[in-house]
Amino acid sequence: MSHSREARGPRGWPSVRLVPGTVQSVERAAAILQVVAASGGTLGVTDIAEAVGLAKTTTHSLLRTLLHVGFVDQDRETGHYAVGAGVLRLGSHLDVNELRARSSNWADALAARSGHAVRLAVLDGAEAVVVHHVFRPDDSAQVLEMGATLPVATTALGRVLVAHSLGSRPDRTGTGDGTAGPAEVRARGWATDRGEHRPGRGCIAAPVRGSGGLVVAALGINGPVTALFDGRGTPRARLLGMVTDAAAAVSRELGGGGA
Amino acid sequence: MVAVRQREHRQHFPRPGWVEHDPMEIWANTRRTAAQVLADVGGSGDVVALGIANQRETTVVWDRDTGRPVTRALVWQDTRTADLVSELAARPDAPLVAERSGMAIAGYFSGPRLRWILDAVPRARERAERGELLFGTMETWLIWNLTGGPDGGVHVTDVTNASRTLLMDVRTCRWDPDLLDFFGIPAAMLPEIRPSVGVLGVATALSPGLPIAGALGDQQAALFGQACFAPGEAKCTYGTGSFLLQNTGTELVHTRSGSISTVAYQLAGEPVHYALEGSIAVAGALVQWLRDGLGLIATAPEVETLARTVTDNGGCYVVPAFSGLLAPHWRGEARGLVAGLTSYVTKGHLARAVLEATGWQTRDVVQAMAADSGLSLPALRVDGGMTTNNLLMQFVADALDTPVVRPMVGETVSLGAAYAAGLAVGVWSDIEALRRNWHRAAQWTPTAARAQALSAEYPKWERAVQLSIAWGAP
Repeated sequence: MSHSREARGPRGWPSVRLVPGTVQSVERAAAILQVVAASGGTLGVTDIAEAVGLAKTTTHSLLRTLLHVGFVDQDRETGHYAVGAGVLRLGSHLDVNELRARSSNWADALAARSGHAVRLAVLDGAEAVVVHHVFRPDDSAQVLEMGATLPVATTALGRVLVAHSLGSRPDRTGTGDGTAGPAEVRARGWATDRGEHRPGRGCIAAPVRGSGGLVVAALGINGPVTALFDGRGTPRARLLGMVTDAAAAVSRELGGGGA
Repeated sequence: MVAVRQREHRQHFPRPGWVEHDPMEIWANTRRTAAQVLADVGGSGDVVALGIANQRETTVVWDRDTGRPVTRALVWQDTRTADLVSELAARPDAPLVAERSGMAIAGYFSGPRLRWILDAVPRARERAERGELLFGTMETWLIWNLTGGPDGGVHVTDVTNASRTLLMDVRTCRWDPDLLDFFGIPAAMLPEIRPSVGVLGVATALSPGLPIAGALGDQQAALFGQACFAPGEAKCTYGTGSFLLQNTGTELVHTRSGSISTVAYQLAGEPVHYALEGSIAVAGALVQWLRDGLGLIATAPEVETLARTVTDNGGCYVVPAFSGLLAPHWRGEARGLVAGLTSYVTKGHLARAVLEATGWQTRDVVQAMAADSGLSLPALRVDGGMTTNNLLMQFVADALDTPVVRPMVGETVSLGAAYAAGLAVGVWSDIEALRRNWHRAAQWTPTAARAQALSAEYPKWERAVQLSIAWGAP
């Protein structure tokens, strides 16, 4: 901690010292986090407010926000605050099993409404890996594809992932979906494949954003090209809307906004 | 599914082993969430019926004139009746209970809780005898309030909930006078037993003319929502604990192997359908312990990531008998243990053993049921939070040597209540229509090699279970 002695509050905790040009509530939240971390989960809102030298109501609303984003936890019995799991997860990538658990309801709903199989994939090196798969809801014999790898160049899921991967900018060649390059995939928020991966089979996919807005996965439906696209190769609007809506819903679930 | 509203109610833990809910809070929450759902779907115009699924065995006693409970509800996990149950079980006439109710005396069921309330609350028994106090499980309490409360509320229970009291004759589905004598329960306070599927009353507190047309205990609701309508069809809900129910048809199965016979559902005017049930106290709760107790993972799904850092359990077994073992062992004294530790074992092996514990316990229960019913298990239908755990679901399939299938709609409890209500008012013509609504979202198929390997390993698990029982013995 880099606080000087003068900057400490009445109990020796860091107090809020405003610096011109900075955002006040972020500074305050940071100070609260430091107090919470240093206290080892022994303080309630009154003590924390006193420690950082803020009004109790202000401190309370900052704590509620930190609770909402998972940066602090509150003990239900004592009301004391502790550092939350969200802080511990900062800087580490989203766990794929966590991703599956949190996307499951939306993926099920997408399969049920669209009538097509649903897959969720993440980028692993130069390949896309399927981390969740919901069967086409027709009770026909199907095999779970979890753990299967897909080429990024010829699949909609891969194209979405590559278009948003940090290493792919500026645009790489050959990873668009025939008509769209990575920049366009990013701009319009979806990608397709129409038989490039498996003859006659296609996919429509959209990005899933994690906390902070980074794309962490791609969600898509796959089925016969003729079912997913019209005669000119345009995705059917109803299905495209379902895919982008479901991806947005999972993104919201992950704290990654609706984009 | 067109709308979801939920609201958590408070858990009260006044003493170790005591778990209570405030019935007034539950009623207020129910009324509010139901009103919100009606608003979400644009008013009650398209809503044709209301169905209820409830946590079973939770016990409420209230004043019929004021509508106030005489004490907080005693929740299904509450263990305060342990001494009372031992006393009752030691009586020479105790075998009557299992013979009539289909279940052995245990603090798990609501009858002993009702007896405890009558003993503990001043003047409760005499007031109950005069008909001033009413007893109910949670669906009874909610139906009474929904239909007017003190002002003409209907006092009924569904047959699946009634079957969990130890007070009902499981063959006739009527309150049994000898069982009431045995537990010291005045008949005047008991609700009328009704079929699970059929109109129970009108929910005037929500909307004029809205019928309450279905009620089921939550696990029976999940069985119904999973469309397990034929003998042999079974579902397992993997939550904090696990509940496996297998439909056994209209004939009651006599159990000897540690599963229990319970009522599955009853359609109005039709015979009762029965089920075998195996309850596992600790399943997802063991993963929560890995997260909260040991801090080895940050979120429950990460247990799979940790488990996949190794390829087997490294010889490690975890028996999660945190407060005894339920089906098929029914040993309250058992305590948890980690067996087979060597310096080779890592947290990855421990994570795998934690997941496998749920799979092994499922096998324990399925074996007991097979022995009791003689029915084969064509496939196990699963639901609940742990079904997103791919490693666990494959392990269950291999450990049972049976396909494990997950349906498209995960909210099987609510779905079952909606099915029951819809069926009663004619939204669906018959159970075949409900069966056609069920769709497979995923299937885990056993492989012969893994199934064989796990069968060879199973005796080690059984030994670990015996050790956990021996460890807890007085």
